[in-house]
Amino acid sequence: MPEAIIQAVKVSKSYGEQDAAAVPVIAPTDLSVFPGQIVALLGPSGCGKSSLLRMLTGLSTPTSGAVLWHGKPVAECAPNVAIVFQSFALFPWLTVSENVEAPLKARGVNAFERRKRSIKILDTVGLDGFEQAYPKELSGGMKQRVGFARALVVEPEVLFMDEPFSALDVLTAENLRSELLELWDKKAIPTKAIFIVTHNIEEAVLLADRIIVLGKHPGRIRTDFEVALPRPRDRKGQEFTNYVDYIYKVLTSPGKAEPEVPLPHEAQQPAAAGAEKPSHYQMLAHARPGGIAGLLELIDEQPNGREDIYRLADELSFELDDLLPIVDASHQLGFLTVEEGDAVITAAGREFVQAGILQRKDLFHDSVLANVTLIKQITKTLEAKRDHSAPEELFHDLLDEHFPEEEASRQMETAISWGRYAELFDYDAARQRLFIPQPEGAVENVAE
Amino acid sequence: MMQRLRTFAQSTANVRTWPLLVDLAVFAGVVGIFYALSFVGHYWFAAAVPEAYISRSPRALPMYAFYSLVRMGVAYTCSLLFALAYGYIAAYNKRAEVMMIAVLDVLQSIPVLSFLPGVMLATIAIVPGRQLGLELGSILLIFTAQVWNMAFSFYSSLKAIPRELREASSIYRFSRWQRFFQLELPFSAIGLVWNSMVSVAGGWFTLMLCEMFVFHNHDFRLPGLGSYLKTAADNNDSRAMVWGIVALIAVIVALDQVVWRPLIAWSDKFKFEQTEAAVAPRSPMIKLILDATLLRVLRHRVTEPLEEKLVRHFANHPVDRPEPVRSARLKRVQPIVVLTLIGAVVIYATVRTAMALASLPAPVYTYTFHAAAATLLRVIVSLVLAVAWCVPAGVAIGFNPRLARIAQPLAQVAASVPATALFPVILLLIIRAGGGVNTAAIVIMLLGTQWYILFNVIAGALAIPSDMRDVATVFRFNRRERWATVILPGIFPYLVTGLVTASGGAWNASIVAEYMKLGAQTYSTVGLGAQVSAASNDSNGQILLLSTIVMAAMVVGINRLLWKPLFRLAETRYRLDV
Repeated sequence: MPEAIIQAVKVSKSYGEQDAAAVPVIAPTDLSVFPGQIVALLGPSGCGKSSLLRMLTGLSTPTSGAVLWHGKPVAECAPNVAIVFQSFALFPWLTVSENVEAPLKARGVNAFERRKRSIKILDTVGLDGFEQAYPKELSGGMKQRVGFARALVVEPEVLFMDEPFSALDVLTAENLRSELLELWDKKAIPTKAIFIVTHNIEEAVLLADRIIVLGKHPGRIRTDFEVALPRPRDRKGQEFTNYVDYIYKVLTSPGKAEPEVPLPHEAQQPAAAGAEKPSHYQMLAHARPGGIAGLLELIDEQPNGREDIYRLADELSFELDDLLPIVDASHQLGFLTVEEGDAVITAAGREFVQAGILQRKDLFHDSVLANVTLIKQITKTLEAKRDHSAPEELFHDLLDEHFPEEEASRQMETAISWGRYAELFDYDAARQRLFIPQPEGAVENVAE
Repeated sequence: MMQRLRTFAQSTANVRTWPLLVDLAVFAGVVGIFYALSFVGHYWFAAAVPEAYISRSPRALPMYAFYSLVRMGVAYTCSLLFALAYGYIAAYNKRAEVMMIAVLDVLQSIPVLSFLPGVMLATIAIVPGRQLGLELGSILLIFTAQVWNMAFSFYSSLKAIPRELREASSIYRFSRWQRFFQLELPFSAIGLVWNSMVSVAGGWFTLMLCEMFVFHNHDFRLPGLGSYLKTAADNNDSRAMVWGIVALIAVIVALDQVVWRPLIAWSDKFKFEQTEAAVAPRSPMIKLILDATLLRVLRHRVTEPLEEKLVRHFANHPVDRPEPVRSARLKRVQPIVVLTLIGAVVIYATVRTAMALASLPAPVYTYTFHAAAATLLRVIVSLVLAVAWCVPAGVAIGFNPRLARIAQPLAQVAASVPATALFPVILLLIIRAGGGVNTAAIVIMLLGTQWYILFNVIAGALAIPSDMRDVATVFRFNRRERWATVILPGIFPYLVTGLVTASGGAWNASIVAEYMKLGAQTYSTVGLGAQVSAASNDSNGQILLLSTIVMAAMVVGINRLLWKPLFRLAETRYRLDV
């Protein structure tokens, strides 16, 4: 095996204070990137994929551990890297060629050389004729081509991509993917390795030589294996589907031992699976009650109330990120179980689907109180208060101890949406207080 | 490449007859600027003339307008540079940030006149015996009226730069220099341009105060539009007053056409949006300017090579290169030293202030309290009056595009006339009609602040989606229901924004509105603004200090207790863009 370009040694990332109160986003993780590989980092949203990418590039510093480039700490060697961003991150006030030349300017390349190199790279990505256009005149796909040109013009040793295709429509994304593969396979670019972060499973299997799947809360490597398929790969092929199914299984069975890698190839064993103790506070999956009901109805219609999650996502043309939270939420509420990448409806789930509008609310009410810690806590607190109301901040603070700031807010949002649907409590956005609505005239009784 | 060829062909075809004329004009402009510079230099370094003779002849007006413009220009340039530096430091220095923003909040609420004695003493001491000392004082005062909102705008723009753009500039190793010119400045450009317009309008408002004032029982008069108008009012010369106001409006309208419109059209390219807007602001001026051969040559031969040199000079010094590690001890000690120094200065200033205030007799405090209450009442009345006419008018204009096309430019011109310029006229008219200074003060506050409310209400009415209005029509809402469920909630966030600015403006206007010397006579009424003005006129440092503190406390207090919560309500409950 050749020597690694990047080696991450026990890197971890936490937000908040540096002491015990810190919220871990990524548990200590080992990871290497070798020359000649396209590595895909895959995982549900909020698992710290992007944080990991930023640590590898040197954009952010790990809370503990070290990132080494050719054996030297990243801060000391200023590695030659480039990032292609999800939002393109082009400067809208610069023309296409000015955007592409900006990194060269930063390196002190003279005007003539800059022009030469930018024209060459724009030609490579198929943008000749657009040199003087401004980004806002271009379509999304064209914009991302500029993003690629700007990244490739510095001839990076490793090309990083942070969900580069997810802001594009399906056809454009497919087209760009295959063009990228063509450049890579023909060695038209001097880049030694590509590291792509994605939440699209098919995209990962289509592109990558090696796939790393992250679990969440805190982020840790669930599995790390090589995809031994020749390119171009056939989406409909059995082996391709096996890989996709395998990844689905890993993603839908949090906490369990990882299933076997499907193919007889020598796959790396899961690096640190289960080694790290995940945080124990229950995390709500961000799904709306309506979404949960919709999913359950669909599954209930299937024979045996069972459906392959991958097929379901495909039929609904849902991204993994859209579907998984709904599956997770239904699972949390006891309406659904997940077996071998299949979703199976439970008796409680059946009852919920067949109930009328008001009964559904009752069933949801019971299930939430039985299964969801946060909502139980909120309800108890509110019931204990004389005026049956409490500031949202109170619960937010509680969540802050377990989650990063942004996630805490999302947890709160989901809890409020479930609590409202279950008619357990309501939320006054202007006063930022949670409260249990009191029937008219009942206020006096409460005071007693 | 095609693109460029085409635009080149266009420019030769369309403006074939223009370049020579435009070049001549630009050339004349350059000569004019050169002459003006030498003239100003001559004037500044001449012996000081504290009480210039102000002619009331209309023929003197172009000269006075020129003097005033130079003052405004210099003050604006200083404001811009200061705002950039202050905003930059506040945005990037985590330790200083909180303090610097709080300081900005307080400074914003201090009326210009409160700075007057200190500023004048300082500048006259620095440049003794030269006109420059007086001019600098006046310029600094205009500066204090312009700078704060610009600094705040730049700071918040820096904070709002999207993370991925920052990361791009970091991963591609931009130097500080390149990051400033390719990311930070362009991203802030639109905010800076709009705030510059507001600032310069505020500058005109204070110009009237800054050209003619009493200090240490000395009359100071600097030649300019402000002193012309004031002198005309002092002498009850209606003809001169009309001439002065016409000249002022002409200058403001010309500035709007020659400076602001081209700037707004140009800054549109910095709009941070991913798609092209259907209607972009246009200005014929900007096209002329960009097409002038002389300027094009200048750009190709001078600015572009210079920029290239600078960028390459700073290249390969990425911002995020880890700094050489300072010794741990120095790192620990330095903040302590800095904090101790700041603390010492603050404590010293507080003690001195307390001592100065303690020696004031009790009745002064009672009087100040009354004055503050009186001014607060006036501010409230003027705001209520403004809302009473601006909300219906603004909604009517906003709902009717044809009316908007006519009314908006008219209102813009009306709004750009500084209320201070009109004040002597209004005061005299109201007193002749049998009203008192009290009425005049409220009218002047109204004149100065109603526009903020009107423009914001128009914007709010335009932003109400037609779907919502259709709903009201379909369900046959009556007038009351329509206002209560659609219009008022719809314009609420905009109304709050307008009210915040208007309330700040009204407090600021009180220093002019409540106290005015015309000729030998002083017109004044009980009020905090009058107290500030009188104290500044009599150089009574203690009372000036007291009334300034009270005013700043009231403005900041109202902002915190009233406007902030309303703002939050506007942002959460009454947001339309969900």
